[in-house]
Amino acid sequence: MDLSFSKEEIAFRDEVRTFFKENVPAATRQKLIEGRHPSKDEMVTWWRILNKKGWGVSHWPKEYGGTGWTSVQHYIFNEELQMAPAPAPLAFGVSMVGPVIYTFGNEQQKKQFLPRIASVDDWWCQGFSEPGSGSDLASLKTKAEKKGDKYIVNGQKTWTTLAQYADWIFCLCRTDPVAKKQSGISFILIDMKSKGITVRPIQTIDGGHEVNEVFFDDVEVPVENLVGEENKGWDYAKFLLGNERTGIARVGVSKERIRRIKELASQVESGGQPIIQDRKFREKLALVEIELKALELTQLRVVADEHKHGKGKPNPASSVLKIKGSEIQQATTELLMEVIGPFAAPYDIHGDEGSNEAMDWTAQIAPSYFNNRKVSIYGGSNEIQRNIITKAVLGL
Amino acid sequence: MDFDLSEEQRLLKESVDGLLKTAYDFDSRKKYAAEKGGWSKAVWSKLAEQGLLGLPFSEDDGGFGAGAIETMIVMEALGKALVLEPYLATVVLGGGFLRRGGSAEQKAAYLPGLIDGSKTFAFAQLEKNSRYDLGDVATSAKKSDKGWVIDGEKFVVLNGENADTLVVTARTKGGQRDRDGVGVFLVPGNAKGVSRKGYPTQDGQHAADITFTGVEVGADAAIGDPAGGLPLIEQVVDDARTAICAEAVGAMDESLRSTVEYLKTRTQFGVPIGSFQVLQHRAADMFVAVEQARSMAMFATMAVDFDDPKERANAIAAAKVQVGQSLKFVGEQAIQLHGGVGMTMEYKIGHYFKRLTMIERTFGDSDYLLAKVSDAGGLV
Repeated sequence: MDLSFSKEEIAFRDEVRTFFKENVPAATRQKLIEGRHPSKDEMVTWWRILNKKGWGVSHWPKEYGGTGWTSVQHYIFNEELQMAPAPAPLAFGVSMVGPVIYTFGNEQQKKQFLPRIASVDDWWCQGFSEPGSGSDLASLKTKAEKKGDKYIVNGQKTWTTLAQYADWIFCLCRTDPVAKKQSGISFILIDMKSKGITVRPIQTIDGGHEVNEVFFDDVEVPVENLVGEENKGWDYAKFLLGNERTGIARVGVSKERIRRIKELASQVESGGQPIIQDRKFREKLALVEIELKALELTQLRVVADEHKHGKGKPNPASSVLKIKGSEIQQATTELLMEVIGPFAAPYDIHGDEGSNEAMDWTAQIAPSYFNNRKVSIYGGSNEIQRNIITKAVLGL
Repeated sequence: MDFDLSEEQRLLKESVDGLLKTAYDFDSRKKYAAEKGGWSKAVWSKLAEQGLLGLPFSEDDGGFGAGAIETMIVMEALGKALVLEPYLATVVLGGGFLRRGGSAEQKAAYLPGLIDGSKTFAFAQLEKNSRYDLGDVATSAKKSDKGWVIDGEKFVVLNGENADTLVVTARTKGGQRDRDGVGVFLVPGNAKGVSRKGYPTQDGQHAADITFTGVEVGADAAIGDPAGGLPLIEQVVDDARTAICAEAVGAMDESLRSTVEYLKTRTQFGVPIGSFQVLQHRAADMFVAVEQARSMAMFATMAVDFDDPKERANAIAAAKVQVGQSLKFVGEQAIQLHGGVGMTMEYKIGHYFKRLTMIERTFGDSDYLLAKVSDAGGLV
């Protein structure tokens, strides 16, 4: 047992850190520090820089452009990326549909889609949740009926993140209306330019527009866009969600935010002294830092264990990462709210474009707090994670 | 980065777990508790035979030269079995002072008896008003012709009633809370002027309040610098904090295991109560708490060997805060989920809860150590 990084791992960390320092565009970085959302162009520009370096799809197999890094190297890369901070590669393409395509897709699909995911020529979004199917995802109703060489898709998806930018959507559709729940679902790739697709924005409580509703009205999809076997989509979805869980602790994001809390808490005064000197505040912060250190080590334990569980079959203890990771992210946004106190109130009419107002740095703190309530809901709500622990770990 | 145990460490774990599985079921523990002094000499001999008492000492000193990870393995196992024998007081604390600060002569005089199980130790540190401050020492050690004369009172000294040797903190100069001027002294338990009042503790262990009245010891009784012993005390207490973090993880593991088993077997309303989601989620939260504590117990174990004492102290304090948060939740919920049966002295779960609760109050509680971490600037 040795919990410190090896010499090689430290050299790798320094290399990655230096690259981010020198290559993340300053304006993009600043937006992330202030809790704003970079624009589509800013994100794509950065991802192309990353891809040019060969790190755009780092965890993919080498033959499709991956790096062949160890799981510890991946951990270091993600951690440094979050702390830089820089936009993480678009999960829907890189972490979700990409691995499904290279694992279950045919040669034609691999050739058509994988390079364009890596180069961000295609922006992907995820069509899983529906208005009636949240935690009970397998109850989904959007149907795809096979007619000749086409599927006719009808239904509605929701919470579709950044669908407004998307070129493609991967959807879970019901292809066998008679089969029980999980067994009648297929994994289908749909061109967002298809006739019959409507995207409607959902404004969230922070005032932002990240998520959408996507409507399908007699949308025609070529049958070759089915991934793997018909009615086996649930298996592919489980594989996809399994890949999602280890990155979800977001330790680097919370570390970066704690630095910002400390920086702001040394500037903002209360009773004639910086808030950071208030013992009660400082101890609250220290407690979050301790939980975060514990989470970081728990994550490393899961990462180090990955090779024992095999691809797409994460350590069930990774549910701990989702629960604790989201709680800590929320705790850090709460602490930022405490730091700015009454200046949380003004509404930021400038939105993500930024402004030069005197108290500009406070503008996104309340929205970020409101926005972060989502992290205990998405990716399998924390209650669903407890169900997973109950079943898979405790055997209840 | 590697979380796996080495082959030797795996074998150690198997052997200590195996030993305690046969020698330390809950009924046996009751018998040991009723023996004179509150623990079993026979079990202690077995621990010595398996080499567990000599684990951290160098081979030159008759030990096995094992490190903090091996101590973690043993303490976790002791926590799991709720062992009463004075491993912490003797091997980690008494042995820790000798190992880290003792002269060659002191090691030669004391370690063989410690390692073969014939002698036990106790660390006499807590005073009426010192609470968790290791540098707050009113007990005095005054220089005499022959060595030192010790006067003062110590409280809740674990294994203090029966220890052959007491390791006593005493002030050789300066004011009561000065960092300078604290020494560490080896005092025979039966020395003239030592008066011991023993009692059982809430968790079934034994402790003593000890009065020192003009106790004379030789010049060779001081471990290290008699006027600058605090850094050594802090280091050995950090060892002890790390050890009880691991012990707590073992006790929490067993508390959770026992709770889950109870949820599976206890039937109400015609179904096992483990089928109720409200109880399932409570158990899931216990699991999260145990895993977070386990991670930090490992972190502390690594920190024991940090070169910078401030960094070491900060990391270990942080670990004990996390363990403190976890053990309170796991301990209390284990009782809650066992229901009425968890309240009975006869059933084992309450005894785990009591041991966990006392660990929280040993060498700094969460509030005290959180303040330390906060004053040191946190961890990020």
